[in-house]
Order: sequence, then structure tokens, then C-alpha cells
Amino acid sequence: MATSEAALRAPMSGAHSHEGTYGGGIWSWITTVDHKRIGILYGLTALTFFVIGGIEALIIRLQLHGPNAGIVSPEVYNQLFTMHGTTMIFLAVMPLGAAFFNFLVPLQIGARDVAFPRLNAFSYWLFLFGGLFLYSSWFFQAPDGGWFGYANLTSLQYSPGLGIDFWFLGLQLLGLSSLVAALNFAITILNLRAPGMKLMRMPLFTWMTLVTSFLMVLAFPAITVGLTLLMMDRFFGADFYRVAAGGDVVLWQHLFWIFGHPEVYILILPAMGIVSEVIPTFSQKPLFGYPVVVYSGVLIGFIGFGVWAHHMFAVGLGPIANSVFSATTMIIAIPTGVKIFNWLATMWGGKIKVKVPFLFAFGFIIMFIIGGLSGVMHASPPADLQQTDSYFVVAHFHYVLFGGSVFGLFAGIYYWYPKITGKLMSETLGKWHFWLMLIGFNITFFPMHFLGLQGMPRRTYTYEPGLGFHDMNLAATVGSFLLAFSFLFFFWNFFRSLKTGDEAGDNPWNAATLEWSIPSPPPHYNFDTVPTVRSRDPLWAEDGYEKPPADHEPEMPAGSAWPICLAAGLLLLAIAAISSHLWLVGVSVLWIFIAAYGWSFQPVYR
Amino acid sequence: MSQGEAAALDHEYTTTGQPSRKMLMWAFIGSECMFFGTLITTYLVYHGHNVQGPYPKDLLSVPFISVTTFVLLMSSLMMVLALSAVQRGQKKWTRVYLFLTPFLGMIFLGGQVIEFTHFAHSGLSLSRNLFGSTFFVLTGFHGAHVTVGVIWLLTLWVQSLRGKLGPEHSLTVEIAGLYWHFVDVVWVVLFTVIYLMQGVHT
Ligand code: HEM
Ligand SMILES: [Cu+2]
Repeated sequence: MATSEAALRAPMSGAHSHEGTYGGGIWSWITTVDHKRIGILYGLTALTFFVIGGIEALIIRLQLHGPNAGIVSPEVYNQLFTMHGTTMIFLAVMPLGAAFFNFLVPLQIGARDVAFPRLNAFSYWLFLFGGLFLYSSWFFQAPDGGWFGYANLTSLQYSPGLGIDFWFLGLQLLGLSSLVAALNFAITILNLRAPGMKLMRMPLFTWMTLVTSFLMVLAFPAITVGLTLLMMDRFFGADFYRVAAGGDVVLWQHLFWIFGHPEVYILILPAMGIVSEVIPTFSQKPLFGYPVVVYSGVLIGFIGFGVWAHHMFAVGLGPIANSVFSATTMIIAIPTGVKIFNWLATMWGGKIKVKVPFLFAFGFIIMFIIGGLSGVMHASPPADLQQTDSYFVVAHFHYVLFGGSVFGLFAGIYYWYPKITGKLMSETLGKWHFWLMLIGFNITFFPMHFLGLQGMPRRTYTYEPGLGFHDMNLAATVGSFLLAFSFLFFFWNFFRSLKTGDEAGDNPWNAATLEWSIPSPPPHYNFDTVPTVRSRDPLWAEDGYEKPPADHEPEMPAGSAWPICLAAGLLLLAIAAISSHLWLVGVSVLWIFIAAYGWSFQPVYR
Repeated sequence: MSQGEAAALDHEYTTTGQPSRKMLMWAFIGSECMFFGTLITTYLVYHGHNVQGPYPKDLLSVPFISVTTFVLLMSSLMMVLALSAVQRGQKKWTRVYLFLTPFLGMIFLGGQVIEFTHFAHSGLSLSRNLFGSTFFVLTGFHGAHVTVGVIWLLTLWVQSLRGKLGPEHSLTVEIAGLYWHFVDVVWVVLFTVIYLMQGVHT
């Protein structure tokens, strides 16, 4: 793009002042470039996909409730677990993280928006379109190759039909969206901080966003290449994963997991950032060992690129590779453990207020410890050879992903809901949600450790009676419905509080970070004047920040329809590819071209 | 935004003192390094895995590609000169160099078209063997990057013809230059890996 949208912080001198509120109506949402609105869009879309992915999971659990059940066919079962995994990772947890990046990062660093507001809108629309594209596959043929789509199961020979095409094209759209968002957030955090907001004064959530952004920038290319090679194989008969032609199917595994392991940290680090905000607030005590928590997050980011082959112990890479990757995997558990001790030490001696966000953060810690422990167990190749591809691994990653990421993200929702909406949520309903979710979650997933150790393989649509799998599967199914039930309390609370919740005020939790210094919900321009920060906990420290009084409202960038146009062009390209209409490819390229030019020559402020 | 506004924003306060869109380009280049790194690794891993010809040594012509490589490197030189001309406000030279840069890029692309056509006539294709798959994907992606650069630079050239590319827009040219130099550097690596290191295997 030939234009810059940077430096939204300075236009205090702007000649004409803009209205501090938004225009109304659908169009203002479609063309919005405001990071808070985009954050809300991300959040609502991600929650919707979370519900859809959850329904898929419930069908899976119904099918597995007893031996030889016939709720769904084996083919549909494969589609269900593929779509469930892909949805939860790419359409629910990652974008829920992105929702928080969007809403909070500019507020936490004292900026008026992100560095590239229109690029930000583009990321959202591309995410939405990628998700819709992937989901439209249910009307044709849903993908069934698992979320990691191993070659050569995904080859034309073994997976004819459109399913895999939907999958890799959808992932390409989503990957591009994540890449663009990550670039935007990395630059925003590095470049748009308020005066005095040094790196080592940044809130932990912003720090973890920065690390996550770099992980995305550097990890996504690997899967982009892997998927591109797959596309070449499927569309043009290339030989990349064709063994008969000398190709190597293990190449896919490397490319996927070089992305895939950093990806699991992309999923957990935002949650860790949230927990690192919630725990100090509800302990009314600064985070214990702030630099150590920061550095261990950065270290996790680095080591995260050197452990991928622990997903491939069973492939037969040889003892040397296995030992090296086993060692790095065990090492990465250390910075992870360090954080846990810091959170515990933060609570120690604090004046703990057991509010709902705190409960979720606490649940995060406990559940994540369990998931981390099983992780370290299969860091050892001999142990992993027993556990891999069994329900033990399913238990592991649900403890880290659901017990970890999802608990953490919900801590974030309860914590920042008052800031986002201006209303408090009901504590009682929140506590119902928490306890039912915690119990349901453990009933669902804890037995899976045993099922796995008893040899129940993952990704099989049923099991025979008499293997000893029945009781625990039944328990898991019951647990999963309890888990789903708990979310009714959440959604009830979520919508009801919008209307009947008490006014939140600027800082209902007496928290320390900058976003709590402004009204809830924040005005369009966030900060009428740019604060100067003098402390790591600006709202707690005496004289922690300074904000000169405003004499007029700052001017904000105008909305733009080009981002959604450009994203639609890319969607059209994916549609053209899957329907193999060359003329449509031409149309979409032209469309993309026009949108890119329209965008480049449109002024940011109008 | 209007060009004047762009220029104004470029001089605004940022934490690092660097303009954000320049940093964006650097971060993007970081991502692109991973992208091409992965493609190059794939090429190397599959080098010599062909189960049928044609083989690299049957087709690759180092002299021919050396010429187009030289042309591409010269376009980088033109880019440097273009930037310096913009910065000094030399309108005429800005137009000359901003035209020569993409023009040399187009000659390079023309060379690639000739090469691809020749290879296709000799029976190499994406689906023929692993050499075909890896070669066309790797050089094809590079060519696509050059194409984007050419379009971008031509756009700037048109801007300069319209008198809308003064010294206040040197950052815009500088960023395009960053991209262009990066694409050239990638080619130097590809030239080495594909053409100069072909001898080892069949
Ligand atoms: C203490 C840190 C961790 C260690 C040592 C660890 C170790 C491992 C190992 C060795 C595997 C491969 C098991 C197998 O397939 O046989 C694995 C799988 C997995 N881990 Fe972790 N892990 C850790 C944390 C996490 C986190 C934080 C997440 C995500 C939030 C995560 C998500 C996953 C997922 C999704 C898989 C399964 C991938 C699949 O096969 O579909 N892990 N983990
Ligand atoms: Cu891993």
C-alpha cells in the first residue's frame, strides 16, 4: 500500500474536530476501522464459531457414548472431528485472542488506534470470509483429513472430492488474515506507545500479544508453503507428496508442525497474558517478578520453534533427532513452569477478591498444570510411543487448550466486559458458569487419560464392547453436556447484563493498567489527550501517569469500504479456485487489483 | 490519503522514531524470508529425487540466466538511483530511474517466460517430475513477487509523471525499494541454489 495510516497519536493539532461518537447503522460497522469495533466483531464472530464447534463436539461425544453407536456414519464422524478441530483452533480460540488484541492493546499502550486501522479491518473481514468459506463445505463435502491433514491422506487419490480443497483454501485465507493482523499488532506495540510506556512497563497482556504476533509472522509461512504444495499436487498434478514420484510425505509433517507447535503457543500466550493481568488485579498486588514473566514468555516464543518434531516421534526420525526434540520439549516446560510460580507468588500475601474473572484465571492455572504435566510425559519418546494417537493426547491438548486457553480467554471476557460495554456482569451467574464448566470439563476430559493409556485410539468413530472403554466414554459424554450447559449461564449473563447490569464506571476492579483510566465504554478516540506514563502500574503508583486536560476532540480516521472489498476479492479467488473457473479467477484478480488501488489512493482522514 | 497528508504523517512522533510503514515492510520481509526459506529448503530436500527426466543438467542454462540475473541486479542499482533522485527532488532523473527499474524487472521476467517456455517444450512441467514441481513453484513464486514489484514501481512512475512524487514522498519510494531489493536478494540465492549448485546430483 502506498499510504500510511500510522501515527494516530499526534493529530491533536487537527484543525476540525470530529464527533466523538460513531455514526450509526450497519454501514458504519461494515466500513469501521476502529479497533474497538473490530475487536467486538472479532469477539462475537469467534464466540459464534465456538458454539458451532461445540455442537460438532457434542455430536462426536454422542456417537462415542457407547460401543457401536450409530448416531453418525464413519464418514460424517471424520468430517466432524476435522471441522471441530479446525474451527476451535482457527475460528474460535485464535480470533478470540485477536478480539482482545484489538480491543485492548491500543488502550493499554495509550494509543488512539492500531498502526494500520484499515489493514486491521481487512484482517477481520478476511477471517470472517475464510470461516464462511470453510463452513460452506458442509453444503458440498466437508473436509475429513483431521486438523493437521496429513499427506498423503489428503492426496487426490485418497481424498477425491472437494472436502480437502475447502480445507486448504479456507486455511490459506485464514492464514493471510492472521499474518496481516500479526504484522499490524507487532508494529502497533513497537511504535505507538505513549511517551514513557517503555517496553518493560508494558502490561503483560500487551507483551504476550507482541510475542504472539512475532510467532505468527514467522510461523505461518511454513504452513502457507505446505498448503501451497498441497494445492499444486491436487490442482496441477505436482509431485510434492507423491511417493511414487520420489516425493516424501514426511515433508508435510515437518512443514505443518514447524507451524503447528508455535501455533499452540499462539493459542496459549494470549491467555497467559490475560491471567497475568487478572491475578494481580484481584490480589491487589503488582505481578510478582514482572521481568521474569516477560522473559519466560519471550523464551517460550524462541524455544517454541525448536520442538516441532515431538509431534513426530512415531514417524521414525531416528534416535538422535528424537532425543534432541525430546530435550528441547522438556526445556520448554521450564519457562512455562516459571510463570506458574510467579502467578502463585503474586497471590501470596495479596488481598484476594474472589470475583468471577479471578476464578477463571485460577481455574486456568490448575487445569494448565495438569495439561503441562501430561505434555512433559509425552516429551519422552518411549512414553510417547504408547500415548501418541491415543485418547491420552486428546486429554493433553484439551487440558492445555480448553483448560488453559479457553479458561484464560473467559477470564478475559469477564474481566474486560465492563470496560467494553460499560456494564457489570452478574457475579452469581458467572459463578454458576465457572463451577459447572470446571466440573463438566473435568468429567469430560480426565477419563480420557485412562482411556488413552488403555489403548483407545483417537479419531475412530466407535469401539467394540468388552474393551473396557464404555463407562469412561459415557462419563465423558455426560460431562460434555454439563460443559455445554454451563455456557447457557454465560450467554444469559452476557446478554442480560447488557440491559440490566450495574454501571461499571471507569475502573470497577481497581486495576492498574491504562485502559482503566478512561470511561467505559471508551470514547471513539480512546484518549482525548495522550498520557505520559511513569510507572509499570500507572493507576496504582503515586503519580503513575499524567494526562493534560483536553481542549478539543482528536480527529480519527474515517471508515473505509475498501478493506471488506479486498477481502471479498480474495474470497472470490478461493471460490474461483474451488469451482475451477478460469474466467472467475480473472474477475477476482481484477477485483483485487481495483480494491488495492482504491485503498491506496483513499485518504485516511476525510 | 492525499500525498501531502502521507508526507505529514511520516514525520509524526513514533516510539522508535521509525515510520510505521517502513517497519511494516521490514517485518513483512522477515515473514517472506521464512516463506522463501521454506520453499528453498523444499527444493534442496528434493534435489536429486527425480524418478524420471528431464534432469536439471539437461535444461538449466547458466549463461542465459546469468544475463537476466545481471539485468535484475542492475535494476536494483536503478532503484538506488531512483530513491536518491527523489530525495534530492530531481524530477527528471526520478522519472528516468523509476522507469528503468521496473523496465529491467520486465526484461528479467521476459527471460523467465522464455526459459519456462523452453522447459515446457522440453517436456518439463509441474507434474512431470519433482524437478519440475519444485523448480516451477520456487521460481514461479519469485516471478510473482517480481511482477508485483513491477506493478508497484510502474504506479510510482506514473505518479512521478503526474508530478505527484516530490521529495516529501521519498519514504514511499524507499519502502518500494526495500521490497525490490529483497526480491533481488532472493533471486541471488535462487540463482546460487538452482543454477550454480546443480552439479552434485543427477
Ligand atoms: C509444558 C508444555 C507442553 C509440552 C511439554 C507439550 C508436549 C506435547 C507433545 C510431546 C505432544 C505430542 C503428543 C503426540 O502426538 O504423541 C503434544 C501434543 C499437542 N499439544 Fe502439547 N505440550 C505442551 C503444551 C501445550 C500447549 C500450551 C498447547 C496449546 C495450548 C498444546 C497443544 C497441543 C496439541 C493441540 C497437541 C496435539 C496435536 C495433535 O496431534 O492434533 N500443548 N504436546
Ligand atoms: Cu507441540
